Amino acid sequence: MPSLGADMQFGTVVDWRVKPGDTVKRGDVVALVETEKGVIEVEIFETGVIESLVVQPGQKVPVGATLAILSADGKKIEAPPAKPAVISTVPAAPVKETAAPVTIPIVPAVEPSVRLRVSPLARKRAQELGVDLPSIPGTGADGSITIADVERSAERVKPAAPAVSPAVGAAKGLDLSAMRRVIAAAMARSKREIPHYYLSTTIDMRRALDWLAAENTKRPVTQRLLYSALLIRAVALALRTTPELNGFWIDNGFKPADGIHIGVAISLRQGGLINPAIHDVDKKNLDEVMGNILDLVNRARTGHLRSSELSDGTITVTNLGEQGVESVFGVIYPPQVALVGFGKITERPVAANGMVGARPMIEATLAADHRVSDGHRGGRFLVAIDRLLQEPEKL
Amino acid sequence: MTEVEVKKAVRDALSNIAPEVDLDGIDPAKDLRDQIDIDSVDFLNFVIGLHKELNVEIPDADVSKLATLNGCVSYLRAKLDLA
Repeated sequence: MPSLGADMQFGTVVDWRVKPGDTVKRGDVVALVETEKGVIEVEIFETGVIESLVVQPGQKVPVGATLAILSADGKKIEAPPAKPAVISTVPAAPVKETAAPVTIPIVPAVEPSVRLRVSPLARKRAQELGVDLPSIPGTGADGSITIADVERSAERVKPAAPAVSPAVGAAKGLDLSAMRRVIAAAMARSKREIPHYYLSTTIDMRRALDWLAAENTKRPVTQRLLYSALLIRAVALALRTTPELNGFWIDNGFKPADGIHIGVAISLRQGGLINPAIHDVDKKNLDEVMGNILDLVNRARTGHLRSSELSDGTITVTNLGEQGVESVFGVIYPPQVALVGFGKITERPVAANGMVGARPMIEATLAADHRVSDGHRGGRFLVAIDRLLQEPEKL
Repeated sequence: MTEVEVKKAVRDALSNIAPEVDLDGIDPAKDLRDQIDIDSVDFLNFVIGLHKELNVEIPDADVSKLATLNGCVSYLRAKLDLA
């Protein structure tokens, strides 16, 4: 079970995408796992043949638990072994039952697995209302069961006592859903352990927006660009000049990241926040970044994010401009060491060359870990973003 | 393609970007962004969905006409030259 977040402790296997005997390669999606942040597609990082599936759908296991056995020699195994071994690659031949035994206990899931197209939140709502999921007709995409479907079904039957006790904080009016607990733990840890410092700058977006408008008149709808793509790309390129903002605080030290994988903060309408990563943003062009953004948001809404997207972010960017926010003073997501925030674009009077004019301005903020960087380096980073956004055609 | 099919395509595209939303509760005359918490990325995905479903090109300058469900249907009907 991979760790898909700073405070993830357990995950429930929802479905396997492979079976014993299947050949897999690095990057293949092999399972669907439900966490507090939703259903995630788990990728494999080895190449080989699936020997056996250790954890069955519906089982809840802790992070680090063995999920399946993989053989690295490419030799197909026709029948699964009687006893499971470990997910790390098993030597080709002979296959001995001396592979590391499962040392982490497997915890059965609270509820049995139901292979329905239903989001984790809808499932939770069904539990709260005592509604039987298989009996609910789904009206969502591809017949998925939505929260509205669950609530309508509950109205038609006499509601049973909730199967799950209310969360401890519910009496205080707090929303303590599983996702919020994860967020609460991560943010509390961040504020407790990371000495944040904050910087902000105001960036003139006139050139960027004019270039964007001109570009989009020439582009078909499938290739349109949003200004958020320009912001993310500018952050990635600016990080090349200040690598101390791109990496992790681990074991009392800074570990610079191998690549620039920008975590994009996405608010979920049902409540909660996730930040899946766009990989290698500095090596992609704007069209690729824009395509990644559209794809990530779409899959975040429908619960189809992949494990590597949730665990690989090296820095996070959050854009709250569309929510009317002018300045973002973010909380760094550990073990990352920085977070960049953007506010809304507003027309402001700006003095230039002795004259005052109205310009579209955006406030960019940096929250950074003072154990790794200081204001001088943070300031240079923000200046670099500004400079890059003045030449949008080069992004 | 009939108007009913156009309306279905609009609902399907909206459902794809906001699968948890009860579409029956949306006022077709009001701005979608005032009723559903969707941002510019969601809205672009919605417009792309309409384009793919109905095979119509939607210029950037026309996107504002799709702000409401009624606006979407009217615009697309005109684009598809429906009676």
